[in-house]
Amino acid sequence: MIRPKEGILDPQGQAVERALPALGFEGVQNVHVGRLIELDVDDASQVPQMCERLLANPLIEDYEVVELNGNGAA
Amino acid sequence: MKFGVVRFPGSCDEVDALMACRRFADADLLWHGDRDLSEVDAVVVPGGFSYGDYLRVGAIARFSPLMESVIEFARDGGPVLGICNGFQVLCEAGLLPGALLPNDSLRFVCRQVDVVVENPGTPFTRACEEDDVLSIPVKHTTGRYYAPPGTLPEEQIVLRYAPGQNPNGSMDDVAGVCNEQGNVMGLMPHPEHAVDPLTGSADGGRLFESLAMVPA
Repeated sequence: MIRPKEGILDPQGQAVERALPALGFEGVQNVHVGRLIELDVDDASQVPQMCERLLANPLIEDYEVVELNGNGAA
Repeated sequence: MKFGVVRFPGSCDEVDALMACRRFADADLLWHGDRDLSEVDAVVVPGGFSYGDYLRVGAIARFSPLMESVIEFARDGGPVLGICNGFQVLCEAGLLPGALLPNDSLRFVCRQVDVVVENPGTPFTRACEEDDVLSIPVKHTTGRYYAPPGTLPEEQIVLRYAPGQNPNGSMDDVAGVCNEQGNVMGLMPHPEHAVDPLTGSADGGRLFESLAMVPA
């Protein structure tokens, strides 16, 4: 999971945050829009390095690696 | 003196850049899969949508064989100019500080802007004076420049959008930056589209003219 770094203007998140109350959903704050990259790997220990070098840009994005087992359940 | 203009799959401004370079020196296209830069004295990484801009703008192009050579060329002091998508590629490659984010408007912007020369002491601006105003078009969706606090010294800010003309929400109105050594520059505006008075302005030519003044 890749998200805009804290403190960096996220206009996409802001647009979503403004749209939700228009549909009657109140009390929504701090909406951030990021990306989800799913991958099958033999060695999950390599994934943080993949994030650092390609999947995320650490200057502007934070990433979090979530490991799932074979059937997609956490 | 000879320019090399990079062509990635998805580049779209490389021919304009080539024509702009040829007004001031020799120039040829360089294919992204090649590695040889021995014939060129300066490299231009042009605008477009390199490798489809999948994942993030410029992220994949940065790993192309030619870019590996461009990185080496830059580290050896060779002048490299990145325009728009080329700027994004150079940031991703770590040759320039910072990164480009989606415009604050979330919209594609396409308009003529005035940019102010903040640093005329680079190989890209030596034909300009400080505070010269250049009229150059921008056309991009991901042009909001950001550098983490404390990572961009003032002398590395080469161009700023004129007051009130920042088209994308860039930090501190930054339109173009250079690396610490001053031999790599990136900018979001398109100087290659402003080299002939027929299209409204020839101010962009000053950057190519500056580069052509570099001894071969």
